[in-house]
Amino acid sequence: MIYLDNNATTALHPEVLKEMLPFLTSQQGNPASNHTFGRNAHTAIEEAREKVATSVNAHPSQVIFTSSGTESNNTIINGIAKAYPDSHFGFSSIEHPCISEPIKSLVHQGFMVSEIPVDSNGIFNVSDISDKTRQSLTFLSVMMANNETGVIQNISEIANWARENKIQFHTDAVQALGKIKVDFEALDIDAMTISSHKIYGPQGIAALIVNKKIDLSPFMQGGGQEKGLRSGTENIAAIIGFGKACERSNQNRVRFEQNINLLKLTLEKALIELGAIIFCENSRRLSNTTFFSFKNIDGSTLLTALDRKGFAIASGSACSSNSAEPSHVLLSMGVDLDLAQGALRVSLGVETTENEINDFIETLKNEVNRLKQLTAVAA
Amino acid sequence: MKNKLYDMPIYMDYSATTPVDPRVAEKMIPYITEDFGNPASRSHPYGWTAEKAVENARKEIALLVNADPREIVWTSGATESNNLAIKGASNFYSKKGKHIITLATEHKAVIDAVRECERNGYEATYMEPEPNGLLDIEKFKSTIRPDTVLVSVMLVNNEIGVIQDITAIGNICRENNIIFHVDAAQATGKVKIDLETLPVDLMSFSAHKTYGPKGVGALYVRRKPRIRIEPQMHGGGHERGMRSGTLATHQIVGMGEAFRIAREEMDEENNRIKNLQAKLLKGLTEIEETYINGDLEKRVPHNLNISFNYVEGESLIMAIKGIAVSSGSACTSASLEPSYVLRALGRSDELAHSSIRFSIGRFTTESDVEFTIALLKEKIDKLRELSPLWEMFKDGVDLEKVEWAEH
Repeated sequence: MIYLDNNATTALHPEVLKEMLPFLTSQQGNPASNHTFGRNAHTAIEEAREKVATSVNAHPSQVIFTSSGTESNNTIINGIAKAYPDSHFGFSSIEHPCISEPIKSLVHQGFMVSEIPVDSNGIFNVSDISDKTRQSLTFLSVMMANNETGVIQNISEIANWARENKIQFHTDAVQALGKIKVDFEALDIDAMTISSHKIYGPQGIAALIVNKKIDLSPFMQGGGQEKGLRSGTENIAAIIGFGKACERSNQNRVRFEQNINLLKLTLEKALIELGAIIFCENSRRLSNTTFFSFKNIDGSTLLTALDRKGFAIASGSACSSNSAEPSHVLLSMGVDLDLAQGALRVSLGVETTENEINDFIETLKNEVNRLKQLTAVAA
Repeated sequence: MKNKLYDMPIYMDYSATTPVDPRVAEKMIPYITEDFGNPASRSHPYGWTAEKAVENARKEIALLVNADPREIVWTSGATESNNLAIKGASNFYSKKGKHIITLATEHKAVIDAVRECERNGYEATYMEPEPNGLLDIEKFKSTIRPDTVLVSVMLVNNEIGVIQDITAIGNICRENNIIFHVDAAQATGKVKIDLETLPVDLMSFSAHKTYGPKGVGALYVRRKPRIRIEPQMHGGGHERGMRSGTLATHQIVGMGEAFRIAREEMDEENNRIKNLQAKLLKGLTEIEETYINGDLEKRVPHNLNISFNYVEGESLIMAIKGIAVSSGSACTSASLEPSYVLRALGRSDELAHSSIRFSIGRFTTESDVEFTIALLKEKIDKLRELSPLWEMFKDGVDLEKVEWAEH
């Protein structure tokens, strides 16, 4: 089986595993405990925190560990809503549901909420924010790179605009980290979400990076860990793994930008020759993500056929792949329902090889031609 | 259990966290290596394998507590479970009323979640337990109001190990149409839990107190009669919408294995630990002026919480570095405040300050216990030799009646 669904989750890197193992298998204390076991655990966590901070050019004190990107995003949204009760929340129409859903849930509490569309290339433009919205907007969240299309937003420009308009700004950088440069300090933004299992670290751990300029009410109450911002016994082994994965993220980025990008270009050339439409083809995209559709081929049939031939790809994001709904990202870009329904995503990994891509292209050609013939017969 | 490799102290702090059982770690590793898929991925075998592992683990959680696997919701730990249960249920049923009852001796994750409800317009009663740590059922009855919507009581206390009468409390909740949440983080693998018969609506579990990994827990949400909760985390709609977020497959697998072992080995293990507790109790109470905190009968064998009068707790902990214990719970042990749990039992500041929680478990040996007894005897003797209060006590001075000069 060749795994081409790296935007859903990634395989743990052997070096990450090696660092985690002692923390899974031998005696570990509760980092809150005031004895040797506890203090050792505490020290290990702080070392990992530094590695995480360094990978995104933030200060360790700005790193709050959470259990997932979803929790990080819920933490910032809920934390802002509680600390700033007059907030008006804005988010792009292509955000992951773990941004859009918590924001939408605030409508019932009387908060103002605005969904801001992207253009047909999947790009968020501040000029698309109406004057009326801008005047009352206090918080904006735009993801750095989209999980489905791979489109990279101009976060620096959006962040500058937000700062000029005194709007708090958060970016979900879960898909961006390890593939493009992520610099929290240079962006000068208020908050950012990153996650471990998308960068060859373990599942079950993520972080919210928060600038201390903003107040944040905790989302979960309890023992007061993470300076009171996130209670709950720390997931030590996963934190250690996350630290190591972050440490490796820079070298991964170089590989993505060079080697993997070439593989993607090869793949996309073949797709176009086969008649596929590549979404956001001309937008700046992650070097590992191709989201495409064939006009006359049923996406789920092709997905199943590829799976049988040993290739793991996805129809849209993992989180919504159990529903038959077409991608909300494509629909919000104005893509036809039919085309959106058949969309398939290939996301390459840092270890993906040229041979794997060539095999994939070969299989894809055979399957697409076979399905085209079937369609022709049926017509 | 002495970790000779690093010359670590003997671990007597199982209530803070337990080591991962080697069998658990072994089960987890395939799911961070070859079977690394996202259980929400439905289009390829990586996802299916992960999903199958998650569902098997869910069955194991359900089996330990005699519930239906569909009643188990994964979380990141007991803190999240407690937050989700308390906020989620009180919000969903807020039409019934906005009064919450809990115990002053609950874990911080319960107390602080209830406090958060108070900030959102709820009223709360924090009941004081009896001096033995147990809730008086009659007093509890009289605390109930028509607008009481939720009661939260922990099954086994983390500091003093006492076991509350969940059946009696739950029956009263049923009669009064009140949602009943139980924090069972310290109970799994130590006491039998049968949710088929227990009148409990919501129950929190943790993996890392039962030889599983940190970073994973679960919440039991009753289906018959159906209990509803408002989700606290929104997103991909995982866990039937009750709790979004990518599931950490290897951690879930670890919790499943830990709970399987607990189910199969609990009876035998408890007998062994009971003997160790008896030995520890006998040895430590040979020391003069010791006070056991919490009821000795209605208590898990894993815990002994003892105050050593005329000894200052912090100096004692420093003196017994050969063993890892805590004064109070892990979550509050960084502060020098005396345990709020012991204060709620009516213990004086002095006795609360001089308390040590010994918590033993699967890997504690008889020689660990013998070492502990000998160490405590020696060090307490030494510390008391230096204590003027101890001298006065030995001279028969009633310290309660001494009038101290103002400085």
